Parts: sequence; C-alpha cells; structure tokens
Amino acid sequence: MEFWTFFAAKPLMWLIVTIATFIVTSWFNRRIGGTPLLHPVLVSLSLIIVFLLLTGTEYETYFEGAQFIHFLLGPATVALAVPLFDHLERVKKMLLPLLVACVAGAVTAAASAVLVAQLMDAQIGTLLSLAPKSVTSPIAIGIAEKIGGYPSLASGLVLITGAIGCILAPPIYRILHIKDEAVKGFALGVAAHGMGTAFAFEYGLMAGAFGGLAMGMTGAFTAFMLPVLIPLLGL
Amino acid sequence: MLIGLLVLLLFQFVGELFVLAVGVPVPGPVVGMVLLLGCLILKGEVPDYLRLPSEALLKHLALLFVPAGVGLMVHFKLLQADWLAILVALIVSTALTIVITGLILNRSAKKLHQMSGEG
Repeated sequence: MEFWTFFAAKPLMWLIVTIATFIVTSWFNRRIGGTPLLHPVLVSLSLIIVFLLLTGTEYETYFEGAQFIHFLLGPATVALAVPLFDHLERVKKMLLPLLVACVAGAVTAAASAVLVAQLMDAQIGTLLSLAPKSVTSPIAIGIAEKIGGYPSLASGLVLITGAIGCILAPPIYRILHIKDEAVKGFALGVAAHGMGTAFAFEYGLMAGAFGGLAMGMTGAFTAFMLPVLIPLLGL
Repeated sequence: MLIGLLVLLLFQFVGELFVLAVGVPVPGPVVGMVLLLGCLILKGEVPDYLRLPSEALLKHLALLFVPAGVGLMVHFKLLQADWLAILVALIVSTALTIVITGLILNRSAKKLHQMSGEG
C-alpha cells in the first residue's frame, strides 16, 4: 500500500499506464480483426477511467503524467503538412469539391445535432455545447465560450463524437460503396476531427492526409459559421 | 530526426504566435501546419530529417488522444442530465455528416478516376 501511495503520485506511473494500456489494447484489437467498436483509443480510455475510479485517483493527478503524451498532439498536427504535401496533386484536382463537401458537412453536423437534441427537449446549455461537436477540441472550446455553451461539456462531446465517427464510418462506407481513400479520410475528418483523422491513417497515408486537411478546414469554417447559424436555429 | 522535431516545434510556435497576434479562433498547430505546407511547396520536397519524425508521430496519432479522452470522467455529472438527447443527436448527426460529405466527394472522385483512366 505504501508503494502504491508513492507511485500513484508520480507522473511516471501514469505515463507508463497510458502507453502500456494502449499497446495491449492495440494488440488485442489486431487479434480480433481490427473492429472499430473496440478501437484501441476507446478501450484504453475506458480501462484507464475505470482504473482511476477504482483507485480514487483524480483526473488532475493522472494528467500530470499523461500530459507528456497529450503535448505531442501539437507537433503531430503540424506534421500533417508532410502527407498533405505528398498528395498535393490530388488535393489541387479536388479543391472545389473538397470545399463544397466541407461546408455542407460542417453545417449538417452542427444543425442536425442541435435540431435533434431540441426535439428531445435538451436544455439550452446542452444545445449550445452540442453545436461545435464535430470540431477539434481547442477550436470547439473557443466556439462554445463564444456562443454561450459550456466549454468543458463541449470538449467532452467532441471526444464522444470522435468515437462515434470511428464506429459509424466503416459500415456507412460499405453501404454507400465508398472505396476511395481520399474520400474516406476527408469525411472522417469533417465528422470526427482528430480522432477520425487518426482512424483514417489506418486506411493509409493518403486517407490520413485528407483527414487532417478536413479537420483544419472544418475547424476554421465552423468557427466563423456557428455565430451566424445559432440565431437562425432560434437559440 | 532531432532537427525535424525542432522544425515541427518551431512551426507550432510561430502558429501560436500568429493566433495570439491576430486573435483568430483557430488553434496554433493548425496555423503551423498551413505554414509548413507552404514552405514545403516552396522547397518542392520533404527533407528526410523532417519526414522521419513526422511519420513517426502520425503513426501513433491515436495514442495521443487517450489523455484527453480520459478527461471524459470529469463530465459524467453533466452528461447524466441530457444523456439520451445527447447520444441520439450525436449518432444521427455524425452519420448524416459522413453520408453527405462522402457522397459529395465520391461523385467527384469517380470523375477523377474516369479522367485518368484508373477505372
């Protein structure tokens, strides 16, 4: 028990737990055929949450160790420029359809989420926090603050959306006969931001590059679009 | 490898500075990505020292979302109140978004394939 009290307070402990859990869940996911329903990110974060709750550990304590991994999201986002450059010819050829698809997707994501929740009598704070849910967390937090939602709830909804997108995308692509890597990646990036992009990299580097492009475009567009759309939805 | 990592961090830094100076609601790393892409276009190729760390980071992109994902535990109470409305709204709108984005792009992707004769 004394060992536990000692190590539970060390950042090193939570860094090890995060990486080890992810390695095991990735291995497990490959063994059972790579189903997105048990995506390593989803399984890892569920297991770690249960572990933290069982041991009575605060999220802040956990994050002191896990922040070293979290920090790498910044340079990894910058690094998306490399696969994008590799597929620049493809991006140039599809520029106009990409813009149209991004605008249509971003408006659909925000408007349909708010309308469905409104029909089901959700509170106004929930509605405003739902609006930016398809956008990467740092942008979503900024938008929620601006339009009057709860930033903490908004960032949570962003993550759930990311998970749902990774689960729904493969069956939708099968039903609609979508086989093109670039299309698969871009739609994942529009609907499910960075988590969708990470998932798209499993289809290949090109899918990942288009996912990253979609994430950036959707984030920037939504930040300007929502303050206009929200009054139109009667909120 | 080390130089490449420094390049990534520097572009992120310049991106953060830009956001701070201009006050746009876009994250610094996204601006950094656009700037780096611009520089790569000017240079015409990706140097090996940059490709190595970039592809290493992107290969493990999924892992990087775990720490923030665990943060969901903080929102349990907020989620309890409207959980059914939230869940239905998220599933319906995420599915719709993927369908609409995918269908729009799939049409133009097919045209591209026909033009270049890839079938």
